[in-house]
Amino acid sequence: MAIEIKPLEQFKIEPIVPLHPFGIDASFTNSALLMVIAVVLITALTVLGTRRAALVPGRWQSIAEMSYEFVADMVETNAGHGGMAYFPFVFSLFMFVLLGNLLGLVPYSFTFTSHIIVTFALAAVVFIGVTIVGFAKHGMHFLKLFVPAGVPAVLLLLLVPIELLSYFIRPFTLSIRLFANMLAGHTMLAIFAGFAASVPLFGILPVGIDVAIYFLELLVAALQAYVFAILTCLYLRDALHLH
Amino acid sequence: MDPASAKLIGAGLACVALVGAGIGIGNVFASLISALARNPAAQVTPFAFLGFALAEATGLFGLAIAFLILFVF
Repeated sequence: MAIEIKPLEQFKIEPIVPLHPFGIDASFTNSALLMVIAVVLITALTVLGTRRAALVPGRWQSIAEMSYEFVADMVETNAGHGGMAYFPFVFSLFMFVLLGNLLGLVPYSFTFTSHIIVTFALAAVVFIGVTIVGFAKHGMHFLKLFVPAGVPAVLLLLLVPIELLSYFIRPFTLSIRLFANMLAGHTMLAIFAGFAASVPLFGILPVGIDVAIYFLELLVAALQAYVFAILTCLYLRDALHLH
Repeated sequence: MDPASAKLIGAGLACVALVGAGIGIGNVFASLISALARNPAAQVTPFAFLGFALAEATGLFGLAIAFLILFVF
């Protein structure tokens, strides 16, 4: 009894409301639906959670305050002086990625962060935004970022290209890290679930492994959102303070 | 060599990337334990988890490639 395992089926984008204006496929898909759900949940958490703000917070107010304080602390320690101006951006980014990762772990839902185009768009926004911040704050002095101080001129021939490369590779590493984590984790879950379906008697073993992987995925989901946000903070610090 | 077996060998080779991730994650947590053993008040755990995520990601690039070879082509 060979059951064909198709672990990548879960990443298929399916249109829910087909829309084709001017021959462009702009359908409302399951990916878009999950993004809308994530945004609605974040808005509900932050708006409704703090609407009746009490001195002793209730459950929802606690969650809202904890996530706020967590990100505020992260921005303050990592982005350095003046980084708090960009707190709203980092907070939205963190919550969007976190909710995307966590909602994807709900069975039969869809993980929009497992698509490279979604994560790359987010990383490109970070990259372009950080570059604009750097040029707006320092003007042409921003290019000093690529010239390490106190290095002999001969070494600069080698170091400047490396610094340039490591700067321009940032959006790719940032997006591929998140995308690969989500893709690999969810594929692994599906593969072990497929083993459980195809093994007649000892199917309980792959299910047990699946449970363990699921907990690892919960950790990874939160951790990758954290990494995405903290790297954004570090890039911002580079732009604000030039090393 | 027929393409089907080449595909399987390629997927297996792509998984070699996980060796590095294993070494990296081991290193991260070994260092965390020794740091906490020397100075239990050290506030290094968040950095350890950052290092864990970064090290794990490099291995998962290889794993993702292996999955793509196996299930897409």
